[in-house]
Amino acid sequence: MIQISVFLENKKGKLAEVTKVLAEHDIDMCAISIADTTNFGILRIIVDNPEKALEVLRQAGYTVNTTEVLAVEVPDRPGGLHKVLDILSKGDISVEYLYSFVRRPAERALILFKVDDLKAAKEMLKKEEISVLTEDDVNGLGTK
Amino acid sequence: MYWDKAHECMDRQQLRELQSQRLVETVRRVYHNVPYYRQRMQEMGLVPEDIKGVEDLHKLPFTTKQDLRDNYPYGTFAVPLSEIVRVHASSGTTGKPIVVGYTRKDIITWSELMARTLVCGGTTKDSVIQIAYGYGLFTGGLGVHYGAERIGASVIPISGGNTKRQIMIMKDFGTTVLACTPSYALHIAETMEEMGIKREEIKLQYGIFGAEPWSEGMRREIESKFQISAIDIYGLSEVIGPGVASECQYKCGLHIFEDHFIPEIVDPETGEVLPEGETGELVITTITKEGLPVIRYRTRDISALNYQPCPCGRTHVRMKKVLGRTDDMIVVRGVNVFPSQIESILMEIGQTEPHYLLVVDRVNNLDVLEVWVEVSNKLFSDEVRKLEELNRKITNEIQSTLGLSVRVKLVEPKTIERSEGKARRVIDRRKL
Repeated sequence: MIQISVFLENKKGKLAEVTKVLAEHDIDMCAISIADTTNFGILRIIVDNPEKALEVLRQAGYTVNTTEVLAVEVPDRPGGLHKVLDILSKGDISVEYLYSFVRRPAERALILFKVDDLKAAKEMLKKEEISVLTEDDVNGLGTK
Repeated sequence: MYWDKAHECMDRQQLRELQSQRLVETVRRVYHNVPYYRQRMQEMGLVPEDIKGVEDLHKLPFTTKQDLRDNYPYGTFAVPLSEIVRVHASSGTTGKPIVVGYTRKDIITWSELMARTLVCGGTTKDSVIQIAYGYGLFTGGLGVHYGAERIGASVIPISGGNTKRQIMIMKDFGTTVLACTPSYALHIAETMEEMGIKREEIKLQYGIFGAEPWSEGMRREIESKFQISAIDIYGLSEVIGPGVASECQYKCGLHIFEDHFIPEIVDPETGEVLPEGETGELVITTITKEGLPVIRYRTRDISALNYQPCPCGRTHVRMKKVLGRTDDMIVVRGVNVFPSQIESILMEIGQTEPHYLLVVDRVNNLDVLEVWVEVSNKLFSDEVRKLEELNRKITNEIQSTLGLSVRVKLVEPKTIERSEGKARRVIDRRKL
């Protein structure tokens, strides 16, 4: 799954400027997370059209990169996330960061992982019958 | 390729004789025609006859920007105004500008020197040269203009600014040589990328860049973005404008046109002349100028001189690419800081486009130096850890080079104002 990352200064109104650009270009966000430090933040988003998002954000003057992240769907119940982390941990995969979204009414949670070995992680999870999502699944995400 | 081989490749012994003869004439002329110089020489107990050749140059008084400013506007001219056919002036960001005047012969000399400069950098009569230096009181635009016409190149006198139009014209008119400040060249390259214009769509081959100090890293950046050869040229209005010195194709120092100018390197603090090869302030004496001759003019530019023969065949001394200016220099907690030092460090770290700003402030009686660095797509990472590492790395490199603690702040692109002329690298908020 392609994630869009945007460099933001830690200042009032900066996030709204980005969401405005996305809204104006009719880009749908399915998941969002912000990592913040004292001086700057990194906005990470999963969108329905990552190529377009990259293009419009760069045009608007932002520093933007794309990263391949692992998107996993788990049942929204105790132990749902743990099962996945357990597999990754046993498989010696380290997680750089993760963020999640719970979607109703499907009652399943979408979890996004940045891991050090994406390919290995995908294979491990698939073997354990955990559903790993691809870009094609994105349009089915969100609230639709 | 030479414009004036006889002078550019002159035997050094003959060159010295020519310099001596021209120096003696110049000293006699300024003594008799410029009250300011006569007074300064009399104060030092000097008469024109004391100056017999280049070996006596060090006896003469220095001339500073302030001296020219004190004689504003025409006080240091050596001819009556009726002989002056053109005036230019410095930007005058601090008070009154410095006014410089040219006689008809000076304009011819200047055109000749600029023709040498342009040929040095690859320009021929077949070139299409886009002059994006400012036209007007600033010497950049018209200086390059006259030299380019002298060669017979096709001149596009577009002047500075309006970047998108510059690019359109560069593309449509088939520009092969671009002349502007290096920071503006980089700005044009960036804008071209933003507009989605490909390298193949333009015909550019050479860049003639000057009017501000720029690092080797910045040269690499410009050369790779445009895929051209970028030549450094040197000059200042007080001396003549552009056309004082130019790099040749070997880019190993700028040949100072010694049949017209005598360079010296002095200690900026004591004024003592430094031995060959040492770094200090460049001082220039003009020996052919009529309108405004200058004697031992303190350029405030930091350089060094190299008299070793150059592979290009020119015999004229090479000055090292200007490392900074004694007046761009900021003193932070007693440490001399040149923006060019920071620029080199940033280049080494990430081949980053050098968009940075030094912000100096005084907090609780202590100088604080902040370095703002724009985060380019190349430097950016989706991981906080990596960006913090980058920040630390820049901080450490700067601190170890300057021996001064700094605070590095990563900022969004375009936070730092882009210049269409000389780049602004320092904001000093200290109320000194």
